[in-house]
Amino acid sequence: MSRITAPVAGAWSIACVALAVASSAHADVSADASGQNWSSLTVLVLATFIGLGVIGRVSRLLHTPLMSLTNAISAISVVGSIVVAGSDFPTPIRALGAVALFASMTNIVSGFLITERMIRMFKERGEGQKGAQKQ
Amino acid sequence: MMHALMEIAYLAAIVLFILALYWMNDPKSARRSVSAGVAAMALAIVATWSRPEVVHHLWIILALIGGVVVGVPLSRVALTAVPQRTALSHAFGGLAAGLVGTAKYYMWVSEGPDELTGFRMTAIVVETLLGFLTLTGSLMAAGKLHGVSWIPQRPVIYPLQNVTNLGLLALAVAAGAYLVVDPTGPWAHVAFPVLIALSLAFGVLLIIPIGGADMPTVISILNAYAGLSAVAMGFVLDSRLLVVAGALDGASGLILSIIMCRAMNRSFTNVLFGGFGQVQAAAVTGTEERHYKEETVEGAAQTMEMARLVIIVPGYGMAVAHAQHRVAELYDQLTARGTTVKFVIHPVAGRMPGHMNVLLAEAEIPYDDIVEMDDMNPDMEQVDVALVIGANDVVNPAAREQKGCPIYGMPIIEAHRAKTVFAIKRGKSPGFAGIENDLYFRDQTFMLFGDAKDVIGELTKQLAVDEAA
Repeated sequence: MSRITAPVAGAWSIACVALAVASSAHADVSADASGQNWSSLTVLVLATFIGLGVIGRVSRLLHTPLMSLTNAISAISVVGSIVVAGSDFPTPIRALGAVALFASMTNIVSGFLITERMIRMFKERGEGQKGAQKQ
Repeated sequence: MMHALMEIAYLAAIVLFILALYWMNDPKSARRSVSAGVAAMALAIVATWSRPEVVHHLWIILALIGGVVVGVPLSRVALTAVPQRTALSHAFGGLAAGLVGTAKYYMWVSEGPDELTGFRMTAIVVETLLGFLTLTGSLMAAGKLHGVSWIPQRPVIYPLQNVTNLGLLALAVAAGAYLVVDPTGPWAHVAFPVLIALSLAFGVLLIIPIGGADMPTVISILNAYAGLSAVAMGFVLDSRLLVVAGALDGASGLILSIIMCRAMNRSFTNVLFGGFGQVQAAAVTGTEERHYKEETVEGAAQTMEMARLVIIVPGYGMAVAHAQHRVAELYDQLTARGTTVKFVIHPVAGRMPGHMNVLLAEAEIPYDDIVEMDDMNPDMEQVDVALVIGANDVVNPAAREQKGCPIYGMPIIEAHRAKTVFAIKRGKSPGFAGIENDLYFRDQTFMLFGDAKDVIGELTKQLAVDEAA
């Protein structure tokens, strides 16, 4: 696994750095804002490596629940949608935010509920009724 | 003070998300994953909602209620429908990212063009592009998986397809590049809608040439896109929490796509742009007529009674026939006799990663008896009976033996090395790849034609009758 993820993560980080260089080459970026951007990119690279490390160890049995769980997690975009829908912005912009919020909330609710439902079904021998009679 | 509390809540949410994924390494600890995820999400929502700039609450409440109203039924779907539900939720994720990107762009254009730095504009373009292409791509995938009548199930292939697709993508990137260079330029009010329209179109065109058996890979790739669009949203909104959560989602999608591609011995580009269709036309011509050997349920039951080790290889056919509960009854019947039964699952069996495992878990088959392809293959000679249920290409020995065959090199479950093979199949047509399955014509293979649910039900009944006699 690690043999193949390393190049992918490497390519990902190279892309990030390229993005940063391309955009910080703009004259309109203040030193402060540019510092923010760099630390966000650092966070992205580190989080990607953590993600690859952690997810590479996930049991193959659980790949379907994994996908619904990460789906719910990435619906953390509610954070952005709440700000857009609730701030004092023009109405059309807030409307876009509200629709985005609805979409994210749907993912949170259905994602977590179905993950829970699926994970509860995975039983070892002896845990459920089926197969309990056998050693 | 308020601000510090908010940051602490975000930090705690990040830790909890990583723990949630960490606990997924084992089905037992996985039961904690969801609680951790829910706690993190609740923290993040409360912290954001209490920010001073959030002054309007009605729409937020309505949208949250709407999300619950739609989300709860979506979580109650039959487990055979989980692939399309997953694709649909990728679509919602993409929609949210695309809309927030659009909203932020128009807000900054009208209120403070100075805020549209090159960095932010790049992030907005990436977010909008990935968000909207994930939206339509996932909707198409969900439609295909659900069998919506006006979406063609078979791959749609036309001349210059890749040129058209890549051309559209290049145009979208060009529009994006123009916006980055000059976000409020004379053509910007055209370039942004064009970017959105091209992303939407590209999503549709990307999915129509892809067939059912490639769906596990495609769903994983769309998963990675949805994650990356969330990352880009994090850059737009300057939110580390979003960047981390998006990166975790993206990394998960990437790993799953890599696993799927390796299990089919194909590359990303080959799945997305490869003409599986053209190859299949070439493969079908030139094979002479061969004949299946059929077996009766009674005969199959007799052979299974003598067996000490039985493996069951489930495929998409088991999901289509909703046969998992009948399979569990067969499993119970055999294990009660002292026969060892193992399930061998190919990584790409079904329509999404892990699809078969969830169906077997639903039927209360203990996961100790599920073995991976690579662990079973070396011991295949000891298998007395291999029962293939609705699986086709993943057990085709041609992938090992026939150079030039379209699936040559794909790792397979080597059921052809078992002493006896029973294959349950609905009809006599070849599988998705359009390749005749060599396994079905081997000396030790016998076919049981019919609906998987019925055939397995009868098999179990026969075994019970024989035992009573």
